[in-house]
Amino acid sequence: MAEEVILLDFWASPFGMRVRVALAEKGIKYQCKEEKLDNKSQLLLKANPVNKQIPVLIHNGKAVCESTIILEYIDEVWKDKSPLLPCDPYERAHARFWADYVDKKIHRNGLKLLMSKGEEQETAKKDWIECFKVLEGELGEKPYFGGQSLGIVDVGLIPFYLWFNTLETLANFSMEAECPKIVGWGKRCMGNDSVSQTLPDLHKIHKILVDFMG
Amino acid sequence: MAEEVILLDFWPSPFGMRVRIALAEKGIKYEYKEENFDNKSQLLLKANPVHKQIPVLIHNGKAVCESTIILEYIDEVWKHKSPLLPSDAYERAHARFWADYVDKKIYSNGRKLLMSKGEEQETAKKDWIECFKVLEGELKDKPYFAGQSLGLVDVGLIPFYLWFHTVETLANFSMEAECPKIVGWAKRCMDNDSVSNTLPDYHKVHEFLLGLKKKFGVK
Repeated sequence: MAEEVILLDFWASPFGMRVRVALAEKGIKYQCKEEKLDNKSQLLLKANPVNKQIPVLIHNGKAVCESTIILEYIDEVWKDKSPLLPCDPYERAHARFWADYVDKKIHRNGLKLLMSKGEEQETAKKDWIECFKVLEGELGEKPYFGGQSLGIVDVGLIPFYLWFNTLETLANFSMEAECPKIVGWGKRCMGNDSVSQTLPDLHKIHKILVDFMG
Repeated sequence: MAEEVILLDFWPSPFGMRVRIALAEKGIKYEYKEENFDNKSQLLLKANPVHKQIPVLIHNGKAVCESTIILEYIDEVWKHKSPLLPSDAYERAHARFWADYVDKKIYSNGRKLLMSKGEEQETAKKDWIECFKVLEGELKDKPYFAGQSLGLVDVGLIPFYLWFHTVETLANFSMEAECPKIVGWAKRCMDNDSVSNTLPDYHKVHEFLLGLKKKFGVK
């Protein structure tokens, strides 16, 4: 049966980027439909009636929602190439734990840093740096969180690498100075075509984040 | 190899209850260690250094944290009995979506309802009821969210049934009136030994929640 894969997305969404990277890793052909966040399509509202959010993956007419859940789905369906999760249940639980850590902490802290000022921003900056130091602890000396190649944690986290420049400028700090291992990891991820050819240009992200703040 | 399964837990925790039910469903023998929140054990701090929270499942010396992740782990390791997730990839994604919905909405709305007063509590009540109406929409006429037997979503949600009496009393409403299908589902869950023999008595939970409100709630 011919595969029909559609991704409902918004170009600047880090959650959408995760799915794009995973689809590229697996070599899956798909149709991308760009959503306007202030004018959501009927297709999106029908595909994700509960949260009404992108990304949504529609595979042969069936909608899968929530980026981390979509990554697991992609990994289970297209299992012949580039596994995002290991086979061992303990290692899988370990990867899920860190993917969940990223989900709970990074976007929220990043937004806080972006939207706040003064003392509140200083606190947000400390929290942001602290989360990445914790992630450095988990990364250790591995090239990727997934070991020798990109895994679910790498794919989940790498879109936020595009926020570094903006946050550093806003809150006057350097990720290279604070979390050099993470910056090294970010550059290593960008060495993969599935990442570099998929993620939007850093300057465009910077502009939209700055616009969002305003 | 002899299995060693330890659960670090706290008796009224709905997240801990999820794991206890899953272990009971699978017929897994384990050692239960009760944690004291104001005095966390060295074992807990070592097993979950990132969040320092229960539940933690320690299986043959390896620690698994976060209740929904523990449920998936249990399901993958002890796959011979009572599957919590279906085999089809789409159905699995669907179940994970609803487990995630419960994770994101129920505890935080319940907590808000418990701890607040006046208008804030009225809003929290509306949100709580709304979430359960959405869940009723997903349940439809199935006996369980998973179909014919308990699944990931059922196990994730059922501990919050023990909160119904407390939130109803505090905010003056009836879950039976607002969400009869959910109440029917919960009673059906309680007919399973793995649930009824595992969950604490709801009066004890009620007392505990009122104690929390007294200590931490809006005065």
